[in-house]
Amino acid sequence: MRNRARHGWRRWINGPYIGAALIALFILLPMYWMLASSFKSQSNVGAYPPQYFPVPISTSGYHAAFADGFGGFVVNSLVVACCSTALVLFLGVFAGYALGRLPMRGKYPIMVSLLMISVFPEIAVIAPLYLVMRDIGWLNSYQGLIFPYTAFNLPFAVWILRNYFLGISMSMEESARIDGAGPLRTLVTVVLPQVTPGVFTAGVFTFTACWTEFLMALSFDFGKKTIPVGIASFGSQFTVPYGAYFAASVIAVVPIAILVLVFRKAVVSGLTSGAVKG
Amino acid sequence: MASISIEKVTKIYPNGFEAIHELDLDVADGEFMVLVGPSGCGKTTALRMVAGLEDITGGTLRIGDRIVNDVSSKDRDIAMVFQNYALYPHMTVAENIGFALKLRKIPKAEIKKKVEDAAAILGLTEWLDRKPGQLSGGQRQRVAMGRAIVREPSVFLMDEPLSNLDAKLRVQMRAEVARIQRRLNVATLYVTHDQVEAMTMGDRVAVMRAGLLQQCDKPQVLYDHPVNLFVAGFMGSPAMNLFDATLGEGAATALVGSQKLELPSSLHAIRPALKSYANRPVIIGIRPEDLPVAGDEPAAIDEAVYFEGDVELVEALGSELLVHFTTDAHRVEAEGAKDADSEGLSAGALTKGGEGVARVEPRSQLVVGRRVRFRIDPARFHFFDPASGLSITS
Ligand SMILES: Nc1ncnc2c1ncn2[C@@H]1O[C@H](COP(=O)(O)OP(=O)(O)OP(=O)(O)O)[C@@H](O)[C@H]1O
Ligand SMILES: [Mg+2]
Repeated sequence: MRNRARHGWRRWINGPYIGAALIALFILLPMYWMLASSFKSQSNVGAYPPQYFPVPISTSGYHAAFADGFGGFVVNSLVVACCSTALVLFLGVFAGYALGRLPMRGKYPIMVSLLMISVFPEIAVIAPLYLVMRDIGWLNSYQGLIFPYTAFNLPFAVWILRNYFLGISMSMEESARIDGAGPLRTLVTVVLPQVTPGVFTAGVFTFTACWTEFLMALSFDFGKKTIPVGIASFGSQFTVPYGAYFAASVIAVVPIAILVLVFRKAVVSGLTSGAVKG
Repeated sequence: MASISIEKVTKIYPNGFEAIHELDLDVADGEFMVLVGPSGCGKTTALRMVAGLEDITGGTLRIGDRIVNDVSSKDRDIAMVFQNYALYPHMTVAENIGFALKLRKIPKAEIKKKVEDAAAILGLTEWLDRKPGQLSGGQRQRVAMGRAIVREPSVFLMDEPLSNLDAKLRVQMRAEVARIQRRLNVATLYVTHDQVEAMTMGDRVAVMRAGLLQQCDKPQVLYDHPVNLFVAGFMGSPAMNLFDATLGEGAATALVGSQKLELPSSLHAIRPALKSYANRPVIIGIRPEDLPVAGDEPAAIDEAVYFEGDVELVEALGSELLVHFTTDAHRVEAEGAKDADSEGLSAGALTKGGEGVARVEPRSQLVVGRRVRFRIDPARFHFFDPASGLSITS
């Protein structure tokens, strides 16, 4: 039979799989190189010919990173990213619900301006924002980053959440209303559990954006450095501590990787199936 | 327990569309009222106003003795079954059914008991721990019913609750819903576009068309004495045969196509108003089951009227035959009649020109292409004014 499935390793050899493998290689190779290099000794990082495996395994890069205050950067980044994400989700859920569901005037202009804000280049506002931060004394403070981050990430989160809210059958909310639930109750017990994929999507995007943001962190929080700014400040004018760069980068990637894994689990596809009709 | 009283209720949507015009409808305590009509006639709108999900533009709505125009849904003491069931997908069947009780802060043990009782009535006991996504359509429908009945509301509202089920299950649930309603004895307003559901389930049936109530009465009365062409065409499947006719001198004859029917004086005794239509056009109506083939009729008919047609198609349904015949008369298409769900080929698909349908004895000898002669009891005729569409009664 011509259509018989090929067995063993042969069935992996076809166009789509080879394409996927190439793409994966393209993305994973730099990641691997980062990981491998973080475990090389300082002299082996730039060795020629290149070392494909770190031999001997050395943790000097990690020691160097933490000696340069990396632990503090991680704490700063965690505080800023977590607080911003929590704020964005809290505000985003209410704003998204209101824009998606409540009878409100001017929804369309609001949505359009949100979209415009979300694509606004950071560089254009950084100078005036710096002056504001300086005048209210928020330079070198957590809130000096948390509030701008919230403002910049909220529009996108509102858009995502609104679209998820729109996808929920109106009659479900009406049913809750007849059952005796007020608007807040309906939102929390009936609607929110069904938009968890949306909440996670918005959350992951926001967290990642805050975690990797560089320009504002560099401008407003030169004292309380976040990870990107911290890594950039490693070493001195005359040394380039590659080992520390790679080690710090590996650690910086870990929370994002964890988030993505959790997120994958949380997006239970077809969660709403069976709620309405057959 | 309470009645529903709808008095001159009007609904105008924000876009200016008047979906309901001065609706008057009373549902007595314990009564099963079916609201039926073609798509878009405003049934859902009416129901949603009673539920408090839609503002009332004008008129008065009472539940029990209380005017509830401005009372919020949750304080109206109603339960509603939605067409798409609107179950909460993240809750189990038990949680779905118990949700309203939980909101009312009823003790857990009591909720559990009530949920189990409701589940027992609906045969849902073994599914209590499942999520709605893991249930069949019929089971979901029962959960939606269960959610309504645990509340022990004073009023039940249902919007086409059976329309998502397949035909067989629908027939089964039809009986079940009616049985549960009877058992709970709660005033119920039930919306459907299916006239069979309306006929079989309702204590009374209200027929609506384009936002206007046409007639509200017991199903048999609607069927036997429709007030106008619309109700005549809407109720019954296959629909009533309606032909243009002209009455003769003294309304003693009716010219239907080229056939002249002799109308006996007994008919004028029961429909005296017919006299005033002498020498004028009318619309004459006859139900398919009132067209027995001459010679086959169960009992001899006094002063029978004969009517002929050419057999075009015979559908054998086992217990009866549906005979599609053609005449040279002009068939009147009552608006909405085609909307009615029908079993068999009947409504719409085949009707054209002067076609009519008769429901006759299964053993009638009929040959396609031959002429057939019907022997009609004149008391069975319906007459309508062609201008107003109103029935010519008294
Ligand atoms: N929100 C709205 N704004 C404006 N017009 C509306 C709105 N909702 C419904 N309508 C109109 O009101 C009329 C009645 O609608 P309704 O939903 O009550 O019909 P229905 O009898 O339930 O029909 P169906 O059998 O198809 O469910 C329709 O013509 C519809 O287009
Ligand atoms: Mg409807």
